[in-house]
Amino acid sequence: MTQWIDIAALVDIPRQGARVVKTAQGCVAVFRTLDDHVFALEDRCPHKGGPLSEGIVHGHKVTCPLHNWVFDMNTGEAQGADNGQVGTFTAKVEAGRIYLDATQLMARSAA
Amino acid sequence: MKKKLVVIGAGMASGRMLEHLFEANADYDVTLFNAEPRGNYNRLMLSPVLSGEKTYEQIVTHDDAWYAENGVTCRFGEKVTGIDRDRKVVIGENGEVAYDKLVIGTGSNPFIIPLPGHDLKGVIPYRDLEDTQSMMDLGAKPGSKAVVIGGGLLGLEAAAGMAARGVEVTVVHIMGHLMERQLDEAAGYLLRKSLGEKGIKVMCKANSKEILADENGHVRALLLDDGTELPCDLLVMAVGIRPNTKLGAEAGLAVGKGIHVDDQMVTSDPDILSLGECVEHNGAIFGLVAPLYDQARVLANTLMGIEDAFKNKEVSTKLKVTGCDLFSAGDFAEGEGREDIVFRDPARGVYKRLILQGNKVIGAVMYGDTADGAWFYNHIKEGTDVAEMRDTLIFGPAYQGGAAADPLSAVAALPADAEICGCNGVCKGKIVDAINGGATTLDGVRATTKASNSCGTCTGLVEQVLAVTLGEDFVMPTSQPICKCSDHTHEDVRRLIKAQELKSMPAVFQELAWKTVDGCHVCRPALNYYLLADWPLDYQDDPQSRFINERKHANIQKDGTFSVVPRMWGGMTTSDELRAIADVVDKFKIPTVHVTGGQRIDLLGVKGEDLPEVWSDLNKAGMVSGHAYSKGLRTVKTCVGKDHCRFGTQDSTGLGINLEKALWGSWTPHKVKLAVSGCPRNCAEATCKDIGVVCVDSGYEIGIAGAAGMDVKETEAFHKAASEEEVLEYVQAVMQLYRENAKYLDRIYKWVNKVGLDWVKEQVADEANRKALVERFLISQSVYQKDPWAEHVEKEQARYTPMANLMMEAAE
Repeated sequence: MTQWIDIAALVDIPRQGARVVKTAQGCVAVFRTLDDHVFALEDRCPHKGGPLSEGIVHGHKVTCPLHNWVFDMNTGEAQGADNGQVGTFTAKVEAGRIYLDATQLMARSAA
Repeated sequence: MKKKLVVIGAGMASGRMLEHLFEANADYDVTLFNAEPRGNYNRLMLSPVLSGEKTYEQIVTHDDAWYAENGVTCRFGEKVTGIDRDRKVVIGENGEVAYDKLVIGTGSNPFIIPLPGHDLKGVIPYRDLEDTQSMMDLGAKPGSKAVVIGGGLLGLEAAAGMAARGVEVTVVHIMGHLMERQLDEAAGYLLRKSLGEKGIKVMCKANSKEILADENGHVRALLLDDGTELPCDLLVMAVGIRPNTKLGAEAGLAVGKGIHVDDQMVTSDPDILSLGECVEHNGAIFGLVAPLYDQARVLANTLMGIEDAFKNKEVSTKLKVTGCDLFSAGDFAEGEGREDIVFRDPARGVYKRLILQGNKVIGAVMYGDTADGAWFYNHIKEGTDVAEMRDTLIFGPAYQGGAAADPLSAVAALPADAEICGCNGVCKGKIVDAINGGATTLDGVRATTKASNSCGTCTGLVEQVLAVTLGEDFVMPTSQPICKCSDHTHEDVRRLIKAQELKSMPAVFQELAWKTVDGCHVCRPALNYYLLADWPLDYQDDPQSRFINERKHANIQKDGTFSVVPRMWGGMTTSDELRAIADVVDKFKIPTVHVTGGQRIDLLGVKGEDLPEVWSDLNKAGMVSGHAYSKGLRTVKTCVGKDHCRFGTQDSTGLGINLEKALWGSWTPHKVKLAVSGCPRNCAEATCKDIGVVCVDSGYEIGIAGAAGMDVKETEAFHKAASEEEVLEYVQAVMQLYRENAKYLDRIYKWVNKVGLDWVKEQVADEANRKALVERFLISQSVYQKDPWAEHVEKEQARYTPMANLMMEAAE
């Protein structure tokens, strides 16, 4: 079952930018794209642990700031020649507020 | 006996509903109330009335004869003051009317921003014929000015209409681009450009603060929160509408954003129905006409006992401004599993974007050529499977299998007088003439026109002019494009940004036919640099297009922590500064302190969220950012010079400090490191820097293009200066030349290697040119020479902290 938690206002994240949400099992990066879509990913590049929240956002992709791995934020999959996947979380925007699914964040911690 | 139907509001939706009833000879006796002293006219056509393309008479949809013919009792100019649901009567100013069925079509009210001064004379919305008349009257007065707040559909139509009548119009819009609900950024850019050509000034990201009055209580000007005053004789507020739910709410109907209706358009009272801009259906409210006409049909059918249901469908939008051809339909946001097909033709100012999900078109945005809009809209509505025609879909129905986009179109679009070669002042027309005169190779063009004969950065453009002029007879040499988003090289992009005066990211994307919507991590930082270097006063630096280090003003380390390096002018420091640094290290438990090769102190391992506090403490001790993270001026290293050293010939420390004070804060294609040595023993290692000064008895030897990184290279002699002032002038001039011409991420030595030291020397040796370079450098410094730490401590704290902390919730 989905249990939505109100995280913040959409405008708290700049377009083509990200902010971090701290959770017990690590940081989650919440991205806002140019077209106001919101994505939540583990804030940890599978390559060398780079903070994806600090990367450059373009289209629905983000580039890791450490070694330029590019991830599709819809799937969390590394693009091009790189192989790897970063965990994604369900996020939604409603009436200008951003929500994350609490049950997902918990399940992740139990696993 | 006929049933009694009362309709409140003679608008477009209720008008259409009555047409359906009468066409079907429905058994109703109709009484129609309208607060405006007239019947139904086509509100959508107010804009053509305003611009003079139509008259009021031409937009009346139902005249007196029509009402008479259909036996409608008209109570126009009479307000309804209440509804008594128990007695089933509508209470008008001139008496009551009983109903069996009641239809509420009270429409919407324009939203007026409660700015100070919103109730002044001369401040109007754009809603009805009276407002339109006020705007038309303004056009009759020569030299009159108007301000429109709101860059949406209505605001722009108001602006264009007044401009067509000779009024000087400024549109003030709070968002980043015009019509942001219907258009994406690229189409918004083109729209803004077309409006500019009509003489309409557009200000985006502009916040209104106050409406100023003259001595008669009439509007005089709009004041923005940045202090700009926009004088005006009329201020039109077109920022949106709100459903007019007053009557419904007072009668106790269920009301949210609008009056709640079900699929049959029935409110919470089974005998009261509602439609139009005053209703809320499944959480949606309505402002465009297409769904209102659907509601009208459904409501009429419900009244006649015919089963029907309203379903909210995708709608399309067109702007009714002559010469601004735009079309938008469906959902054009990016999303999971969605793909874009983008087509840009800079030569014709055309932009088309289709949004596909699976094999279906779900949205379309078009500008400049909207002929195929209806065809795409149809595919959106029908949910057509477009797999078969996907490759050529964007070209529309006529071009299944049509020509591919032309990467040369940006060059083809340049006017004949556009400058191609900046060094020798050669315009496109001259090159074309030379080609037509027989110079059909690059060398031929160079020999006859001198274009691309000096620094060579325009070579790619000259080749493209050759290709455009000669067609297939010219074989293009292959060159490396900036990234996968574009076919242009860095050099071409730089020259085109200057030649076409492109001053924003969307302008570059459109005019240079970018293949992606918002670029990528390779091109965006380069473009951001080119734009801010070429247009310091026009372009707004975009932090989201910068690499993390420049966005957070600190160096990211492999573990995600940051390093902090305060500036120490010329490598000099004091006991107070050292004490403040020591305090910061203790207070924030910074694990590593390192002395750098550039004579600075590096604090490593600072947590991202501590950065603002660390900076704040360092700021308090008088220290500013050392820009150790930037593609910009890094450090000026010095030796102690003649004050202390027995060999010193000049005040190398003082000169180093002066150079650093002049250059700090400037953004450059790559990092720039300087050094000043007080004598040829060169303790400051000035001969392997980007720019190095070695003091001698007779003056100052300036060298440039040294390197001590991946490549090691000694500087080359650039100029011998007689005074410190001369050193400063030459160094600032060469910095600016580098800033204006080099490819992003080329250090000075790489750039000099490409353009030749002689060319650089020539440019700076010419006195007029040198002074102009320095002047442009100073203009840029007036914008960018500021301490980013202080600025971020003051305004950007939020960027550094987590947006939320769920540690507690997750632990429970």
